[in-house]
Amino acid sequence: MTTEPCAVRAHDLGKTYSVRGVKGGVRALDGLDLTVGRGLVFGLLGPNGAGKSTAVKVLTTLTRPDRGTAVIEGVDVRRRPDHVRRLIGVVAQRSGSDPRATARENLVLQARMHGMGGRAARARAAELLGRFDLAEVADRLVKTFSGGTQRRLDVALGLVHRPAVLFLDEPTTGLDPEARAAMWSEIRRLAGDDGLTVVLTTHYLEEADRLAQRLAIVDRGRVVADGTPDELKGELRGDAVHLELPSGTVPGEVRAVLEALPSVREVRVAGRGVSTRSDNGAAAVPAVLAALERAGTPAASVTVARPSLDDVFLRYTGRRYAPDTDQDDSTSSPPGPETRPSARQEAAR
Amino acid sequence: MTAAPLTAPASRAVTVPRLAAHTWFLTGRRLHALARQPAVVVGNLVQPAIWLFLFGSLFRRVVDIPGFGHGSYLGYLVPGVIAMNAMNASMWAGVAMIEEIDRGTLNRFLTSPVSRLALMTSGVADQAVTTGLQSVAILLLGLLGGAHYPGGVAGCAVVVAAGVLLGTVFGGLSNAMGMMLRQREAIIGFNVLFMLPLTFLSSAFMPTALMPHWMRVVTACNPLDWAVRAGRSALTADPDWSAIAARGGGLLALAVVCVAVSVATFRYYQKSV
Repeated sequence: MTTEPCAVRAHDLGKTYSVRGVKGGVRALDGLDLTVGRGLVFGLLGPNGAGKSTAVKVLTTLTRPDRGTAVIEGVDVRRRPDHVRRLIGVVAQRSGSDPRATARENLVLQARMHGMGGRAARARAAELLGRFDLAEVADRLVKTFSGGTQRRLDVALGLVHRPAVLFLDEPTTGLDPEARAAMWSEIRRLAGDDGLTVVLTTHYLEEADRLAQRLAIVDRGRVVADGTPDELKGELRGDAVHLELPSGTVPGEVRAVLEALPSVREVRVAGRGVSTRSDNGAAAVPAVLAALERAGTPAASVTVARPSLDDVFLRYTGRRYAPDTDQDDSTSSPPGPETRPSARQEAAR
Repeated sequence: MTAAPLTAPASRAVTVPRLAAHTWFLTGRRLHALARQPAVVVGNLVQPAIWLFLFGSLFRRVVDIPGFGHGSYLGYLVPGVIAMNAMNASMWAGVAMIEEIDRGTLNRFLTSPVSRLALMTSGVADQAVTTGLQSVAILLLGLLGGAHYPGGVAGCAVVVAAGVLLGTVFGGLSNAMGMMLRQREAIIGFNVLFMLPLTFLSSAFMPTALMPHWMRVVTACNPLDWAVRAGRSALTADPDWSAIAARGGGLLALAVVCVAVSVATFRYYQKSV
């Protein structure tokens, strides 16, 4: 077995929840593999319902997987959960702080649960209150806190016992832009700390792009791609050219027209949107527009963009990134077999 | 395929000092929150007082029924109201548990090295303090109202202890229901359905001698009745200690089972969370 230092290693995690009215249940994890190196911010990016939170629940010992193995800092999550709990800090989606206690009381209690003595617990609480800019509200009841303040306390609670790995599940969901920016700089600061590994789940592309040094794209309970954000975008080679077509256009015709052009490749049609890649997007646009004009299906709009994680997601899942699954465009055509990703995830293992 | 663990084995044993320490901290958390809400504390004491004097006045004349066999109805009623109050106060523990689940507090504890047993025993301890104080208050109110307790301090202690054990039984059940069902409505429905029948299918308000036969049979199986009878006997000048021990032992055994069941529901919860 390889013993190279890594913070998290998961292999073939599977978990199905039984849900009333759904035959066979809901498959939240379907063979998820993950390797997280030490001392970096690792992002798990995917739409809601992709399985990110379930993966975090398994890795943090909250729930048991149906199959697969997971190891945190060399300790098996299923066999030695109590040991794992000493190694990890968890900031869940839902706050978890006690609203009827003060910030300081919350921190001291958490420290004592981790076996610190009274004096050490109070000292650690004071230190964290200072560090997370909570000193002023330290002795106020948590239920009076704003969303951003609350979230800073949640992170502080996760760090009380100086964990090796900190899990942040959707840390900025529901925060206003200012509080989000503050949280981002805090997370960057955490990764700068000695050896702290941060595993962050998010459904915000921008958040993953800005914060994560490495990331894994999760879709339908498995990791479909992983690498640094730049690697993932670099794989796409070239610019994205997005077209918006007027309603009534026949997708198949448009695809045929565009695939005949030498300057663009990887044509995907989803509803009225079409995306393609080009080595030089700006140069390709006139030819694309002219070809569509000739075919009698003129484009309504066209944009050229450097590759984004949105494009990466599209490439590996065949779908446009829709953070909330209920926003899915029901008219989008299923991905053709030719647009399926190569078996890159095998190679990346 | 996995090799031996890379790190030294951590102690997995649920040690008694850890259980005691965690129970202490978690109980402190709950009592602290309660102490911050004086209105709730007062409310908790007012309700049993209302019951005591409401029922005491309403049913005052039942002592005149031949075969009642007790001089003062208020004196008769005190252990009944204590048991009724203990059950009623504890039946809602599951709602607080659901709040902790919804808030995420329970998950935070479950991903920390917190003793699972302590999560439940702290609830029991918190409930015991509340129930104990309420029971003492009811005893004092009875005294003010003119009741006599020939059993003295020992008798009063038995009444309070029986109330605490009964509260633990229903608190454990309610917590288990909260963990399994995770719906406030389920607990509210259960409590509304069972509270009055369980109260009146006991000797809290009426001696069993005056009940129809089937009611007597049911009453004998009702843990609330065990608490009432143990307490009432202990308050007399000549307590029947062996009967008190039997009923008290039954309550204790049932309380242990109910707490064990509620701890076992963590496993179920963690499977479905």
